[in-house]
Amino acid sequence: MSQAIIQTENLTFHYAFEEGEAPTVLDGVSLSVQPGEFVAVLGHNGSGKSTLAKHFNAILLPSGGKVYVDGIDTCDEEKLLDVRRQVGMVFQNPDNQIVASVVEEDVAFGPENLGAPSEEIRERVDSALATVRMSEYARHAPHLLSGGQKQRVAIAGVLAMRPRCIVLDEPTAMLDPVGRKEVIDTVRRLNREQNITVVLITHHMDEAAQADRLIVMHDGHIVADDSPALVFQNVDGLRSLGLEVPEPVALLYELRQAGVDVPLTALTVDECAGILKELLCTAPQTGI
Amino acid sequence: MALRDITLGQFFPGNSPIHNLDPRAKLVAMICYIVALFMGQWFVTYAILLVVLIAVVKVSTVKPKALVRGLKPVVFILVFTAVLNVFYTPGEPLVSFWIFKITREGILHAFFMVVRIIMLITCTFLLTYTTSPLSLTDGLESLMGPLKRIHVPVHELSMMMSIALRFIPTLIEETDKIMSAQKARGADFDSGNLIQKAKALIPLLVPLFISAFRRADELATAMECRCYHGGEGRTRMKQLHYKPGDILFMAGALVLAVFTGVLGHFSL
Repeated sequence: MSQAIIQTENLTFHYAFEEGEAPTVLDGVSLSVQPGEFVAVLGHNGSGKSTLAKHFNAILLPSGGKVYVDGIDTCDEEKLLDVRRQVGMVFQNPDNQIVASVVEEDVAFGPENLGAPSEEIRERVDSALATVRMSEYARHAPHLLSGGQKQRVAIAGVLAMRPRCIVLDEPTAMLDPVGRKEVIDTVRRLNREQNITVVLITHHMDEAAQADRLIVMHDGHIVADDSPALVFQNVDGLRSLGLEVPEPVALLYELRQAGVDVPLTALTVDECAGILKELLCTAPQTGI
Repeated sequence: MALRDITLGQFFPGNSPIHNLDPRAKLVAMICYIVALFMGQWFVTYAILLVVLIAVVKVSTVKPKALVRGLKPVVFILVFTAVLNVFYTPGEPLVSFWIFKITREGILHAFFMVVRIIMLITCTFLLTYTTSPLSLTDGLESLMGPLKRIHVPVHELSMMMSIALRFIPTLIEETDKIMSAQKARGADFDSGNLIQKAKALIPLLVPLFISAFRRADELATAMECRCYHGGEGRTRMKQLHYKPGDILFMAGALVLAVFTGVLGHFSL
C-alpha cells in the first residue's frame, strides 16, 4: 500500500476558550485517505465534519493526536506551505473565497503565492480553467457569474496550485440544483481523469452516494466508514443519528419492511429501477 | 432604489492608445501634468496645457460629457475658491463697496485658480476613466515599490485596495438584499428628517457590518488555504512592461512640465 495522502491518528480537537468549558468537537478520530480515493464525509450540523476538514490542510491544528499530510506532520510550521500546496480546499460560500475581480486573476492567486514564474502561472491558469470548463469566462468579473460557475472558479483556483488532494467543505450548500450538478460532476471528473484525491464534506445523501467511500461522523466520532452501498444499508442506524438515506434506498427499505425480499444496494434511481424490474418480472412465479 | 446600478471605479472599457498605456506611465504623466498646471503663470501656458488636454481626451475616445459630469460635484468648491480669490487678493482696486474691494489681480487669480482646478480634475478623471481599478492598483504598487525599503507596507496596501474593489459589488448586492428584507419588516428608509433617516440606517448597517466581518474571516481562511503568506516570494501572472509608447508618453509629460516651468519663469 502506498503512503496515505491524509492520515489522522487519534485526532482530538476542542476550541480553546478563555474561560468556561471547551466543548470537544473531535474526539479520537483516526482515518487514512489513500491517493486517488473519492471519500465523502457525511454528518449532521455540529458533527465535527467541517472541523475535521480544516485539519487536513493545517487551518486548524489538533489539540491532541496527529495529522499527517503525505507524511508531513501538520504541526510543523516550516512545512506549512508544503502541506497547503498538497491539499487544496474549497469552501461553502463561493463569494468569500474569490480574491480578485477578474476570473483569471483569481485563479492565478495560488500559483502567484507559490512564486511560480509568470509564463508558468499563465499555463497553469489556462489549464485549470479548461479543466473546470470555464475558459470562456477567463476575463469576466466573478460577481456576475452564477453560483455554480463561481464555485467552479474556486475549484480552478485550487487546481492551479496542482494539489494532490482537494477537500471540499459543503461546496454545494448554497447552490441551486443546476449549480450542484455542475460542481459535483466537475469534482467526479477530477477524481476519475486526473486522479486527484477528493474529500467531499456534505450533508446531501445523493452526493455522498457518488463517492467510493463514505465516512459518517456523529458527535466528533466516526460511526461508519465503508462503501456507500454498505453504509446506507444500515437505514435504522443512520435514521437514529438524524440522517436520511438516499431515496432509492428508502424506497427499497419500505418494500422490505412490507415483506418484499429486495436488496438494499441501489444507490441511484437507475439501479433501483433495475431491482424493481427484476422483482416485477419474477413476481408471477413467486406469487407476490 | 436600485443600488446595483451604481458604477464604482468609473472605468470606461475601451481600446484607445490611452487605454492601452501602462498604468505607471499614465500615473507619472498625470503627476507631471499637475506640476505643470501649478507652475503656469499666464494665459500662454494655460492655452498650451488646454490644447494638450483636449488632444489627449480626443485620443482617449472618452466622451467630453462624462468629463463634464465629473466636474459637477466640485462646482461648490470652484465657486468658493473663486470668491475667496476675488475678494482677498491685494492689489489695484477696480470696484470697492463697504468693506469689500475687488482687485484686478484678484479677478485674474480667481480665473487661473478655477482653470487649474477644472483641468486638474479633468485629467485625474481621464486617468480613472481609461484605467481599470485593478491595473491602477498594480501600477501604484509597482511605482511605490522603492518605498518598501523604508518599511512602507506597499504590497499590503495594494492587496487591501484590490480586495476592497473586488468586494464593492458583493457588498452593494448585500446592502440591497438587507434593505429589501428590512423594508419587508416595515423599516422606512425614505421619510423623516435627517436625524430620523440616519437612525433608520441602523438596522441596515448592523447586519451589513456583521456580514462583512464574517466575509473577511472566511476570505482570510480561503487566502491562507491558497498559500498566501504576504508579499514575500510572490510573483505575478501579468507583469507590467514599459513599451516604447509608454516611455514616449512619460517623456512628453516631463518635457511639458519643464517647458511650463520655463514659461512661468518668463511670466508667460
